[in-house]
Amino acid sequence: MIGFILRRLLQAVLVMLTISFASFVIQGKLGDPVTQMVGQNVTLAERAQLTESLGLNDPLLQQYARYLSDALSGDLGVSYYHKQATLAVIGDRLPATLELSFCALLIVLLTATPLGVFAAIRPRHILSRLIVIVSTLGLSVPIFVVAMFLVYFFAVEWQWLPSFGRGETHLLFGFWSSGLVTKDGLQHLLLPSVSLAFVLAPIFVRLIRAQMLEELDSDYVRYAWSKGIPAHRVYFVHALKNTMLPVITVGGIQVGTLIAYTILTETIFQWPGMGLLFMEAVSRVDAPLISAYLIVVGLIFVLINTLVDLIYLWVNPRVRIPGYGQ
Amino acid sequence: MALLTVEHLQVDFRLRQQTLTALYDISFTLSPGERLAIVGESGAGKSLLGYAIVNLLRQPGYISAGAIHFHEQNLTKLGSRQWQQIRGKKIAMIFQDPMVTLNPVLTVGEQMVEAIRAHQKISAQAAKQLAIHKLSQVKISAAEQRFEQYPHELSGGMRQRVVIAIAMLLNPEILIADEPTTALDVTIQAQILHLLKQLCEEQGVALILITHDFGVVSRIAERTLVMYAGRIVERGPTLEIINDPQHPYTQGLLNALPQMALAGQRLNQIPGHMPSLGEHPSGCAFHPRCPYATEKCRWQRPRPIYSGISTVACFAIEELLAETNLEEGDDNHD
Repeated sequence: MIGFILRRLLQAVLVMLTISFASFVIQGKLGDPVTQMVGQNVTLAERAQLTESLGLNDPLLQQYARYLSDALSGDLGVSYYHKQATLAVIGDRLPATLELSFCALLIVLLTATPLGVFAAIRPRHILSRLIVIVSTLGLSVPIFVVAMFLVYFFAVEWQWLPSFGRGETHLLFGFWSSGLVTKDGLQHLLLPSVSLAFVLAPIFVRLIRAQMLEELDSDYVRYAWSKGIPAHRVYFVHALKNTMLPVITVGGIQVGTLIAYTILTETIFQWPGMGLLFMEAVSRVDAPLISAYLIVVGLIFVLINTLVDLIYLWVNPRVRIPGYGQ
Repeated sequence: MALLTVEHLQVDFRLRQQTLTALYDISFTLSPGERLAIVGESGAGKSLLGYAIVNLLRQPGYISAGAIHFHEQNLTKLGSRQWQQIRGKKIAMIFQDPMVTLNPVLTVGEQMVEAIRAHQKISAQAAKQLAIHKLSQVKISAAEQRFEQYPHELSGGMRQRVVIAIAMLLNPEILIADEPTTALDVTIQAQILHLLKQLCEEQGVALILITHDFGVVSRIAERTLVMYAGRIVERGPTLEIINDPQHPYTQGLLNALPQMALAGQRLNQIPGHMPSLGEHPSGCAFHPRCPYATEKCRWQRPRPIYSGISTVACFAIEELLAETNLEEGDDNHD
């Protein structure tokens, strides 16, 4: 158990090192930092001096070591555009993205599980067929199409919900600006999170349905029936618990998809989160901000996947034996 | 008075193109406390028969004809609610491989307590006491500890003991055991069989033992049914069948036991293999593999007749009986 966690932590550190190297290289290759700082009207000698004093002539590895030690002390450089520490800029936008992702995941979980389970328990039911067809369609519809339709109907035609922005926010605990605590904020949250959920849910519906069908055909489910226990226990305790094991694993991997889609969703809905910030940074070639975004997102990804592994450990008793998970 | 009566049971598989019959015209009875063995190679339909009795056939299999009477009820007519009252409480099952029948993510205790509480209004604490008592009854040491453990933490033999304990939880009237020892070591097999027999005897539980192994049958069952290609080909008291098998298939099965082979000789086997579903031969289904097959066997199906030892469906036996009857008839003329 302890060994399992230590192994996971070691892997997390290795992944973070790789990500940091990648973002370091990206930062070095995106434009010339000296030009970015001083513009065109400086003599070559001055430029050379600046290059030297910035340490840009040092060997790559030495620069990377400096970058890494700065990063570890919480310094990921200063944004060219915002003229602030990149981490502070990202930190300002982090709550918006996390709230959006969290709501989308919640919607996915609350819709995909019952739909997938129903489609598996009653495979011939007309609704089940509908679920399969719609989830197949959902897999192939890009998010900007979904978002466009949602905006067209709910914001333009019927004018029920706002179409962009985050609405009114409140500062919680002194650092977290939350849209979850105001009615306006929640209204603004609805369309983006539903769009985001719409592209993620089909994968989970199909996965849960397929896995549940397989579990329902297994020997232990037939054995559970033979004990005369109530149907809901067979479905929701015996079959669903085993169904969730692969779903948790895939769920962890889908976090990557989720992050990618937040960039699109935030751009469409002008949601002031990290994704939108990243798009702005790319169009402004704000290299420090781009590389800081990569590191922060990488860190979130690694943290969530480690968390997923721990959840898996908790749900699946077979991994808990020392040495079994190797 | 029979506890369980199976009458002309037929099980079909409805496929897209055609409907295939897996069990034909199965009839037998089981008395209270009786131990009955159903024997045959894999594919004979013996497990299917076990699942058909408790209505747990996998799709697209279903009971297409016949009746199963248990007390006053016809089991083929029950709804899922009524089945819930019977399964586990009146008729319990033991499956072949305890590795795959116990749910891997639930503890032994959870799987026992849920079975008790599905049928009895009883506190969780009392259910736990009962479960632990049953665990020690199947000779599981440190029962309280096992109660908290997951199936993968137990050995194969231990797991099967747990499954037997679960089957015995509510003192069922019938226990259907589908190859209960096949997945176990030979040394453990004997222990488990002994335990099963002892528990059935002590508690007056009727046992239907489904197996391919005559060695297992001889130790436990009072009566035996031999199945081939979805039909019962021979039935009778176990001892008589083992000592004087009538049907060529039963003879083949018994001859194939390693104990029957002479040292230094090849093991006996029945040539050919069990026909698969949808390929059952015409006439007597066993004729392609039978050493005594005649032209008649290819086209006509023998009816079960009493041979004086067991009830057999075989033309060769029929002819043999006719001859001896003739001789007896001749004797009478004198």
